[in-house]
Amino acid sequence: MYEGIVEDTQKAAIADLGIDKGVEALTPEKIETVITSFLESETGARFKTYADICVHCGLCSDACHYFLSNDRNPKFSPAGKVKQTIGEILKHKGKVSPKFIGQTAEIAFTECNVCKRCAMYCPFGIDVAYLMLTMRRLCHKLGVVPQYIQDTAHSHSATFNQMWVKEDEWIDSLQWQEDEARGDISNLRIPLEKEGSDIMYSVIGPEPKFRAQLIYQAAVIMETAGMNWTMPATPGWDNSDMCMYTGDSEMMGRLKRSHFETAARLKVKRIVMGECGHAFRSVYDMGNRWVGWKMPPIPVIHAIEFYDELFQKGKIKVTHKFEEPVTIHDPCNIVRGRGLHEKIRNVVHRTCSSLIEMYPNREHNYCCAAGGGVINCGPPFKAKRVEGDRVKADQLREAKSKGAKVVVAPCHNCHGGLEDIIHHYKLDMKLKFLGDIIYEVMEKTT
Amino acid sequence: MKNWNWEVGKRLVADVGKWKESWVWVEEPYASPDGEKIAAIVRTEDEMFNICVNGQAYENSFDKIWHLRFSPDNRLTAIVSDGEWTLAIDGETWENRFDFVWNTQFAKDGIAISVQSERKYFAAVNDTVWENGFSHIGDMTLSHDGQRAASVVQTVPLKEGEIVKFQQGCFSVAVNGEVWDRNFVNVWNPAFSHDNKRVAAEVRLNLYDYTIVVDGKAWDKTFSTVWAPQFSPADASVTAPVRIGGKWFLARDGEILWDKPFDQVWHHQYSPDGKNIAAIVCPQFGQWTVAINGIAWKHTFGDLVTDLVISPDGTRAACVGKDNGKWFVCVDGIVWGGQFDMAWQPVFSPDSRRVAAKVEKDGKYVILTDGVPLIEPVQALWTPTFSPDSSSILVRMIEDGKYYRRVC
Amino acid sequence: MHHIYDFVSGPLVWLSFIIFIGGSIYRIATMAMLAKKKDGVVYDYMDSSYALRSILHWIIPFGSENMKKHPVMTVVTYVFHISLMIAPLFLFAHIALIKESWDISWGYISDSTADIMTMLVIASCVFFMLRRIKLPEVRYLTDTSDYILLAIVAAPFVTGFLAYHQWMGYKLMVILHILSGEVMLAAIPFTRLSHVLFFPFTRGYIGSEFGAVRHARDW
Ligand code: SF4
Ligand code: SF4
Repeated sequence: MYEGIVEDTQKAAIADLGIDKGVEALTPEKIETVITSFLESETGARFKTYADICVHCGLCSDACHYFLSNDRNPKFSPAGKVKQTIGEILKHKGKVSPKFIGQTAEIAFTECNVCKRCAMYCPFGIDVAYLMLTMRRLCHKLGVVPQYIQDTAHSHSATFNQMWVKEDEWIDSLQWQEDEARGDISNLRIPLEKEGSDIMYSVIGPEPKFRAQLIYQAAVIMETAGMNWTMPATPGWDNSDMCMYTGDSEMMGRLKRSHFETAARLKVKRIVMGECGHAFRSVYDMGNRWVGWKMPPIPVIHAIEFYDELFQKGKIKVTHKFEEPVTIHDPCNIVRGRGLHEKIRNVVHRTCSSLIEMYPNREHNYCCAAGGGVINCGPPFKAKRVEGDRVKADQLREAKSKGAKVVVAPCHNCHGGLEDIIHHYKLDMKLKFLGDIIYEVMEKTT
Repeated sequence: MKNWNWEVGKRLVADVGKWKESWVWVEEPYASPDGEKIAAIVRTEDEMFNICVNGQAYENSFDKIWHLRFSPDNRLTAIVSDGEWTLAIDGETWENRFDFVWNTQFAKDGIAISVQSERKYFAAVNDTVWENGFSHIGDMTLSHDGQRAASVVQTVPLKEGEIVKFQQGCFSVAVNGEVWDRNFVNVWNPAFSHDNKRVAAEVRLNLYDYTIVVDGKAWDKTFSTVWAPQFSPADASVTAPVRIGGKWFLARDGEILWDKPFDQVWHHQYSPDGKNIAAIVCPQFGQWTVAINGIAWKHTFGDLVTDLVISPDGTRAACVGKDNGKWFVCVDGIVWGGQFDMAWQPVFSPDSRRVAAKVEKDGKYVILTDGVPLIEPVQALWTPTFSPDSSSILVRMIEDGKYYRRVC
Repeated sequence: MHHIYDFVSGPLVWLSFIIFIGGSIYRIATMAMLAKKKDGVVYDYMDSSYALRSILHWIIPFGSENMKKHPVMTVVTYVFHISLMIAPLFLFAHIALIKESWDISWGYISDSTADIMTMLVIASCVFFMLRRIKLPEVRYLTDTSDYILLAIVAAPFVTGFLAYHQWMGYKLMVILHILSGEVMLAAIPFTRLSHVLFFPFTRGYIGSEFGAVRHARDW
């Protein structure tokens, strides 16, 4: 039975209720049974080919911000993480100890943002993000998942949103934002349950809970642009999905079904979603696939694409440009995940007076280290996360030295991650969503 | 329906477009099922809300009104607040007042809402509130006779982060406020039997095992997941889609009923006599259609199939399909000519011979009967209704801002 | 010696080719079937033009960002793979043997070119070995099998080189040369050397996902 890495000063295990309790409940026999049936029923050609052909060349290392930020510690390289997790499991045919499973869970959940950057660096296109998600799925099956993200997955299952927002609280916060927004536009409305609208606007759980002003801003943008839109007053309003990241695919499918069927019930032609990255991944190529929809059954337009369209069609105009120089943080899930990088720049050029690029950027961006559910694993892993993205801090510092004062990050998780990075590395930069900037500079009808 | 006016002809009911002149704000209008009334939430100069029905507002206005809906028996309901929230029916509020109200449900002549008072959650049916409140309520549903409500409720208090406690089971079902004596990790979609006495729901027993529970008693088999159960109208049995080894089947009382595996099975529906079951299925990844008694239609749609409906005699079925971004109406596996920007759930005539559906094209709406346009394209339309003898169709429509009731 | 020579240059050649070709077909076919059964997405999302786009970017030298970041490795990799294929396929001595047996032949390269290529392959193998030893991120991934594979690949070239220059026992070297070549061929389908077989598929798949679904580059 493989016991895992015995001594490792660089990587002392972090206490986490979810992992620790999960490990406690495991026995070597149970592990072996679960792994055997998992490998038999849930891994196929991709898993096998990736495991078979990786030539151990290490060329993927330079792709990973964890590797680069941890002084090129090979344990943080993409293939290094595969070696320590799936590699050992295959080598020992599932005869591994509970403690080892705890270690793999920590690697799979908190040392990889499943950002897919390495898939662009491996000559064979080996998708380590896919392998790490497969590893997480196994951890889910073994009941070893970090507490905070597991709690979020529970919230999804009980409320169909990420934040334990109750059915009435959701509606109440929309009505409250509507009242607030009437300060700007006296006849502004957040139309609830308006069947037959063109657009259903969907957000992630934290918006009504912590960032309600984003809903207000979106409403002002929608109204100013004269959109025929609606928001649901039922569960299904939340497009986010931490179950995708805990490996609870069944719940992931359930969440996406609820989201798309809400849109279908409202008879909208498309869903416009707020500035979120992981939710886009979930609706675009993860959750929908589990359900059996090859592509989203109702098109999902990410806010960036929507703003770009509004500007192109002249539906919104600016009164002035945002003064302070900005830099752009490209969110993985909509850049490598949807190629929206040029659209971000289109919108920034329309709304900001000066843009200072960070490099590498566009598809080659470094992740914020919050994505892939890592930030959702909570405080125990915060230090590791922030230290695991020193390269991002270096990038930001460089942009700042060239004059950038504001970081435009059109993704919720990126906001969370960058906020911590900015704070930890004392960068003193401001963070904004594109919606914040548009709201600030746009011509509003009164 | 029998006493509705079925005389063929077109009658102007109200000039909805003009309402904007009287009120600062007019929301989208709703037409009554019999077509005689059209109503909208309006806002008056003094920042108060009211409801305008056929051009006439109620005497009392409210601080806030939302979710205006006609009941199937033509009563106009709205969720209203005059400091406290309640339901108003034809302008008359319920006696009970709450901190919040949402989720209006109709069945027969019953009306139910989900309510919150002092952070406790209840269902209220016909102005009678459950005695017991809960810390969470979800998926509230009304019995077929409109007299009882069932809902998912939280029975054990839970703080954020308490993952161990959550996995021990903190949720159950309350039927008219009475809770089942067993807790589950999750419960979803309670459904009443046709005699309104029993309730079935989907549950998750732990993070991995899903099954169906009937009146608190679980099927003796578990599945990797399940979807909403339905009671048979014919006997006491319960069916639900279940997932085994990555494939979907329809199961009855825990045993496989449709043995052909699908990539997806959901929204199954019984014919009124309980003899036939139709469901939306995915015979192959990315291909959607309808299966009747486990046999899939040949025609498939790539994007989506939705709005399945089974005919009153139980022999026919229709649905809405979407392919390559365009919407279609499909009846008995045959797609009507014409592709649309949107299509609504088709409607069968009472004799099951005819089908009508509302569709949208280029921003205008049309009613198709058996695939043929019934009227010229108009500005707005509601779902058509067949007369009891199946010979005429009630069309509720707006043309040039004017609302007409028309029988064709 | 003669018996051994006859054996390795006769039946064993056949055997190694049968293992190589048959094994390759078997590996690809079983993988294709496994994909059909348990990884349908591979077929559902494969898009030939984006697959090709990706493959092209990754077979053209410096066609990807990562190749630009590791210029030495890139050059060595190309030189290695090209020499590895050209030298044995177009060596005069090999072609002469084939002509003798089956009366078919094709163009050949001069012996000195082949000699240089052989040396390049050997040098590349040394480079790969040093890289495995020296670079921490590669060393971490390396296990014994990686060195064995390197040896399997280097052996036919080392022995061929020695035989050609007749520095050590010629006969023995030729036998070792043939034998090691056969071992390498037979090893391709069943070891990590199978990366050559699967490259078009893994690359094509990720290229399709990036290109056709996600509208992003993957190089
Ligand atoms: S964090 Fe990104 S680059 Fe690093 S291993 Fe995970 S997917 Fe690859
Ligand atoms: S670059 Fe690809 S082949 Fe090389 S070690 Fe990384 S995953 Fe393996």
